[in-house]
Amino acid sequence: MRHEHLASRYIQLILVLLVTLMSVNITPVRAAGLEAFDFTGKVDEDRFKALIVQLRCLVCQNQSLADSDAELAHDLRREIYEMMDQGKTDKQIVDFLVARYGEFVLYKPRVEPRTWILWYGPFGLLVIGLLVLMITVRKRKNQRETGFSEQEQQRLNELLGDEANPEPGQEGDKPA
Amino acid sequence: MPAFARYLAPLLAFLALAALLYKGLDIDPRTIPSPLIDKPAPAFKLPELKHPDKFISNADFQGKVTLLNVWATWCVACRQEHQNLVLLRQKGVDIYGLNYKDKRPAAEQWLQQFGNPYIVNAFDADGRVGIDWGVYGTPETFVIDKHGIIRHKHIGPITLNAIENEILPLVKKLREAN
Repeated sequence: MRHEHLASRYIQLILVLLVTLMSVNITPVRAAGLEAFDFTGKVDEDRFKALIVQLRCLVCQNQSLADSDAELAHDLRREIYEMMDQGKTDKQIVDFLVARYGEFVLYKPRVEPRTWILWYGPFGLLVIGLLVLMITVRKRKNQRETGFSEQEQQRLNELLGDEANPEPGQEGDKPA
Repeated sequence: MPAFARYLAPLLAFLALAALLYKGLDIDPRTIPSPLIDKPAPAFKLPELKHPDKFISNADFQGKVTLLNVWATWCVACRQEHQNLVLLRQKGVDIYGLNYKDKRPAAEQWLQQFGNPYIVNAFDADGRVGIDWGVYGTPETFVIDKHGIIRHKHIGPITLNAIENEILPLVKKLREAN
């Protein structure tokens, strides 16, 4: 009973320390509400919104520039709006941000050799899975044909001596 | 081979995964590697904090190894690192300041109160230069070599440990380099 109490105190202490350590390191740049932009001019509202949804707020990390309330997000939205107003393309704007903040600002990583494993890895795993499935199914099918397990087949081969087929599961393929 | 495949392979896979996750424990997701490392410092021209009519640009830190420290009076962690910057200055390191999205009177009072480790401070009122430098949270400190190339970025407050093991050795190395 006392030990349990002591243990839970330790866990509490560790949690408090962890939270303190995590919160002390960087001060996020925060401020209030999403600002209103004027979309009656050159800047298309749909295009603006479509773009800021794809970009990550560096401060909150799990929010896009469209969702974030942080002051940096506010500044970057203003920057993006102004670049659109100057007639920059989406690609130019994204390149601008990547050059400053790195590819981390992109929610959707670019397809390049470094990210191939990210993009194609799941398909690779799928292919491996299908291969394993095929092999397993084929093995089971062969087992069902003879009705013997591998061990039983081996034992049978031993009992039958040289005349037996040493390879279990190939009986069906043997010419008569 | 079948025994290996059946027993050893899953064990190895488990160990590999465990090693990967263990390494992940030490990675701070808030520390985002800067794409500016080994690139020329982004060009800027800003008024000085003390003299709004005088301007400083990155041409000012050509020819010597410098630190550019991004700070603000509303930033708690900046207060925390400030005495360490003063210490760095005492050790002969040239520190420039980028006063980020701050108010002039507050910033000047801060320097009077806590000491001024900066050769000069650039005043970035709307944070645009901050964006060019990829600043996403204060404090951030850049180490710039003699040719104006960014060689290192320290994110978060500069600790005594960082001074000893990170900043001073790098400054020394860069000073000795051509």
